[in-house]
Amino acid sequence: MVKKTYTNEEIKQVADKVRKQVLKFAIERGGCYLGQACSSADTLATLYLAVMNLGESEGNPDGIRFPGVPSAENMTYPRGALYNGPTTAGYDRFFLSPAHYAGVLYCTLAACGRMNWEAVEHFNEDGWVFEMIGAEHSPGFETNAGSLAQTISVACGTAHARKLKGEDGIVYCYMSDGELQEGQTWEAIQVAAQYKLGNFVLVCDANGHQIEGFTQDIMGIEPLKTRFESFGAVAVEVDGHDIQAIRDAAKTAHPDKPLVIVCRTSPSCGMPFLEKREPNLHFIGFKTPEEIREAEAFMESM
Amino acid sequence: MKMELNVHSGSMIRWAKEHPEAVVLSADLGSSCEVKEFRSVLPDQYFSMGLTEQNMVGWAAGLAREGFLPYLHSFGVFLYRRVLDQLEMSVAYSNLPVTFVGFLPGIMTPGGVSHQMINDVGVLRAVPNMRIYSMGDATDIEGILKMAHEAGGPTFIRMLRKEVPRLFPADEIIRFNHARVCSEGTDVAIFSESICTEEALKAIKVLEKKGVSVQHLHVSTLKPFTDPQVVEALKKVRYGAISYENHTVMGGLGTNVAEVIAEHGLGTKLLKLGLQDQYAQGASKMYLIKQYKMDAYSLVGAVEKLIGKDLGIEEGELEEVRFEDYTFV
Repeated sequence: MVKKTYTNEEIKQVADKVRKQVLKFAIERGGCYLGQACSSADTLATLYLAVMNLGESEGNPDGIRFPGVPSAENMTYPRGALYNGPTTAGYDRFFLSPAHYAGVLYCTLAACGRMNWEAVEHFNEDGWVFEMIGAEHSPGFETNAGSLAQTISVACGTAHARKLKGEDGIVYCYMSDGELQEGQTWEAIQVAAQYKLGNFVLVCDANGHQIEGFTQDIMGIEPLKTRFESFGAVAVEVDGHDIQAIRDAAKTAHPDKPLVIVCRTSPSCGMPFLEKREPNLHFIGFKTPEEIREAEAFMESM
Repeated sequence: MKMELNVHSGSMIRWAKEHPEAVVLSADLGSSCEVKEFRSVLPDQYFSMGLTEQNMVGWAAGLAREGFLPYLHSFGVFLYRRVLDQLEMSVAYSNLPVTFVGFLPGIMTPGGVSHQMINDVGVLRAVPNMRIYSMGDATDIEGILKMAHEAGGPTFIRMLRKEVPRLFPADEIIRFNHARVCSEGTDVAIFSESICTEEALKAIKVLEKKGVSVQHLHVSTLKPFTDPQVVEALKKVRYGAISYENHTVMGGLGTNVAEVIAEHGLGTKLLKLGLQDQYAQGASKMYLIKQYKMDAYSLVGAVEKLIGKDLGIEEGELEEVRFEDYTFV
């Protein structure tokens, strides 16, 4: 099968569909991680449509009900990673670390044709796999990632395993910038550099916001590019809303070193009416009739 | 008593030669955790992770997902206390075959409180999917890797190092969820684990001479804890039971036994011997087990209390406590 080559314009349209659907969730369900959709939709759409080498989805296009937690008696349940296609040699792998980006990921899968749009309607519905903070049964998820900065280590271990087995394929890990405050992130980068994981790529959504305010006011993490470089990675910095720039960044040569793509983003990108809420964009709800009217009017204009 | 040296070292090498997917991960304590020789014999199956325990646990999860069998080696405290969230969210939740080989169980190290693994069983028993094993002698250690692999799941082993006694015949291999019956009796049931078993054997030898009939079980599987032999032992004794553990008396073997007594409605009186809900200091083994009343003579005292009788045993009647050089690191 010849893979379709998406234009930047087409990718942008996919990202906007994702934003619109997450806005719909936020309006209908009393709030959502909407700022994260605004900051990450372009990057995630680019990764799925133009960067990662993924096979066809193997997940149920309609979604499934919660298949139970992993245990000795339940190890063959349908994994969320099925929606990213086969995990066998040659294919790339995708690990989402900030599990609260789940809604954005489900919508990205739908917008990329890996799941039906109707399935996404089960978002945050009791008894289904589309939890607001996903885990390894949730579409698109490889790991149980909600405790931040743990997935980078699991993803690196996966990249290391693939290297040991001589398997091709890149392991992509998508992180938020708040997670860079966790020590484990830097442990992992340090070890990834030591083990020369040239098959590992970290994509970081540097949207500059965390729950309590602007990142620079709460706990500074800059200069990111230099920090990653000094820990032994190859690092590039791009506008995370510039599709072509992300595509180009992913082609950066990084032999025997992990690659970090720092995506500078805005949690109100594509939704200027959110700007007045800054810096409180972690979880966005529309409560007053005016707020709801404004959000609905914006959604209709999209 | 025959002493064996570096039993786990040889066992780990043998196991990894038979299973090329087995890999050892160390957090800079490999040479203190009996994988120094492993590193030189099987360098391609040995990965130094540096002092990154939290990362190491997640890394192991990634390797395990890809078909490897990671064996994490460090002092036990760094494999559960420091990394509990990673252990739970990256390994235990996913029910991955990652084995935590935790050295320095209990208080027997001059390393002091930072190195004393006193509540690992209590903490890890509450973690779903976990399996917990405790080593008491060389025979236990020789069989544990195979047994734990066959039992599957995320595994924590309270491992012993350097000089360990051979308490059980080498051909009587360790069995999953199956205690070793060291003696049969009807007065008192004693359940021991880790190095307490060696101590218990000394005490029981003297107790039996004084006419006390002891049902003694050496327990190596601490989770699950559903061995029917435990209930049978509890049912047959007249005076009650004693749990004897190299751990605090909260959440470990004693709590396990108490739960069995309650769940089966047995009403057996239970004395819990071990570190009493406190932290300890670092010192030599001989000093510590006396100081914290975890020595063979303390067990004699507990038996006397249970049967309500002074047996007139002098401390000197017990076999000399085996001198052991618990050199730090």
